[in-house]
Amino acid sequence: MPQKTFRQAINEALHQEMKRDDRVIVMGEDVAGGSGASGDKDAWGGAFGCTKGLLGAFGPARVRDTPITESAFIGAAGGAALTGLRPVAEIMYVDFVGVCLDQIMNQIAKFRYMFGGTASTPVVIRASYGAGRGGGSQHSQSLYPIFTHIPGLKVVVPSSPYDAKGLLAQAIRDDDPVVFLESKMLYNTTGEVPDGAYTIPFGEANIVREGGDVLLVAIGRMVGVAEEAAKTLETEGISCCVLDPRTPSPLDEDTILEKTEEIGRVVIVDESYPRCGLAADISSLIAERAFPSLKAPIRKVTPPHSPVPYAPVLERAFVPTPDRVVEAVRAVAKG
Amino acid sequence: MSELQLSQAQLLEAYRLMKTIRVFEERAMTEKMGGNVPGGTHLYAGEEASAVGVCMHLGPADQISSTHRGHGHSIAKGCDVDGMMAEIMGKGTGICGGKGGSQHIADLSKGMLGANGIVGAGSPIVCGAALSAQILGKQDVAVAFIGDGAFNQGTTAESLNLASIWKLPAIFVVEDNGFGEATSSAFVQAGEIVERAASFKIPAMKVDGVDFFAVYQAAGEAVSRARAGGGPSVIHTVVPRYFGHYAGDPDNYRTAEEKAAMRKDRDCLKRFRARVDETSLLDAAALDQIDADVEAAIASAADKGRAAPPPALESLTTDVYIRYV
Repeated sequence: MPQKTFRQAINEALHQEMKRDDRVIVMGEDVAGGSGASGDKDAWGGAFGCTKGLLGAFGPARVRDTPITESAFIGAAGGAALTGLRPVAEIMYVDFVGVCLDQIMNQIAKFRYMFGGTASTPVVIRASYGAGRGGGSQHSQSLYPIFTHIPGLKVVVPSSPYDAKGLLAQAIRDDDPVVFLESKMLYNTTGEVPDGAYTIPFGEANIVREGGDVLLVAIGRMVGVAEEAAKTLETEGISCCVLDPRTPSPLDEDTILEKTEEIGRVVIVDESYPRCGLAADISSLIAERAFPSLKAPIRKVTPPHSPVPYAPVLERAFVPTPDRVVEAVRAVAKG
Repeated sequence: MSELQLSQAQLLEAYRLMKTIRVFEERAMTEKMGGNVPGGTHLYAGEEASAVGVCMHLGPADQISSTHRGHGHSIAKGCDVDGMMAEIMGKGTGICGGKGGSQHIADLSKGMLGANGIVGAGSPIVCGAALSAQILGKQDVAVAFIGDGAFNQGTTAESLNLASIWKLPAIFVVEDNGFGEATSSAFVQAGEIVERAASFKIPAMKVDGVDFFAVYQAAGEAVSRARAGGGPSVIHTVVPRYFGHYAGDPDNYRTAEEKAAMRKDRDCLKRFRARVDETSLLDAAALDQIDADVEAAIASAADKGRAAPPPALESLTTDVYIRYV
């Protein structure tokens, strides 16, 4: 199977879905880049290069550079989805949702419910997330818990190129609104990705690694961190199962509970803030519904309850590392 | 004279819609005071000519978004008054199954994209509806009914910009009732609405919103321009707000004299009647008949609403998603 980067996987899904369905449009800041300027057209293809080539393939009506006005273009994506299009709108950094959350939280997410089931809003909101590039406090957050909290939204956080392509195709074909978050630290990672189009259903966790001593639950970039920790722990004779829920909403509760009951020891690794975060949510699920099978307290490995810092030494201390996961697993394995 | 552009049937329809809105709102107030409306509701009485003057140009494929004061736009765009009254009363027979309430009345089959509880939220949504029409190659237009308050929101400024650069078939109807809740717009608004629109290179007109014919004419120009690919327009309609901000608002920030004068001198129904009478376009008896029919229809809507069952409890968690594994 061909090896591709996470970025190429996203790009391929967009190309294939736009080709498959004329109603799919792409809009956002610099999704082409260079519009109205004297130099290259499609100069950037998105701030992270994920939308490169779409302008040439599908033209300026369907690939639209927008002004830096997230409320207007995210809201327009919602309104267009209500009236016959299937927009994929890009928020360059998920942190910028602060200026347009109303359109996502109060409008797009709620049309169907408020209107008594008569509306469908097939919009995908893509955004980069996460720390690791010195982006500072306003360009580095992992805000998927905010969206997961809102009924009406589906939330996807892929961890590999293969998943990124299949989950994005599913997101675009899905008739509900989907927030699709891409770790900016994963764009250059590579993996096996088939050339043809395929979808991965939402709400189905992926067992990335089998193991019987400790269950590691991780999502997005943290799946790789958990896998690295698992490799180290294997040399110590501790075997870890790595479970990637892939979609915080809908969450595959059944697989998380089954694996907990089977293994009995759980460490949750998450890059979102600890308070009301995804790790806290999964921890409460396990505590409520699988408590008798636990052989040790659940451990969470998360950043501290602080903004994302800028200085490299502080940023490295902020994000969960394989070392911290190893430490947590050792503590749980003993208990 | 613009009234001559309208057939007798259209004139009667315009009057029927305006009268329906007026009586609906008076009834909603009565039902609220009678304890039959569980939540908040904002009444459109006084502003009827603005909604009807615009919507008379629209068909079901044209889209509108509305505001928290949305009953008038809903009726003018063809929403069923029985369903609306039941919705406001929180009943299972409501137009949204009782899940939306007054501030979220919608009927997508009529091109009504929803009343909205967030001031200024409709402007971007309408840009999207206009974008759909443009990309899908339709002649349809999209109209954002917003208020003077929403015109101060960033969402509206962003939307005017987007609509202008993309030449969207979008029309922003700014219904200026002089108040954002209990604060006068004069106190919080810098500059003129039409001048702001002009700075985005958007044609803008200011009209007397109690004059149905003035609104109809302005809207006709805007809709024709949008359908012909000429881009967006702004229509600033100056309207009275008969009731307070919400049904039950003591409305003590306006003097009794001001309120009495408003109802006496700024009434679009009286103005319409005088105009068609003076030009001998319609027979007063026909209008009286509409009055009687509308009173009966709204009384019936209220009776049906009160008698209707509440939503089934199972509906609490339906319609959140189309499919949620």
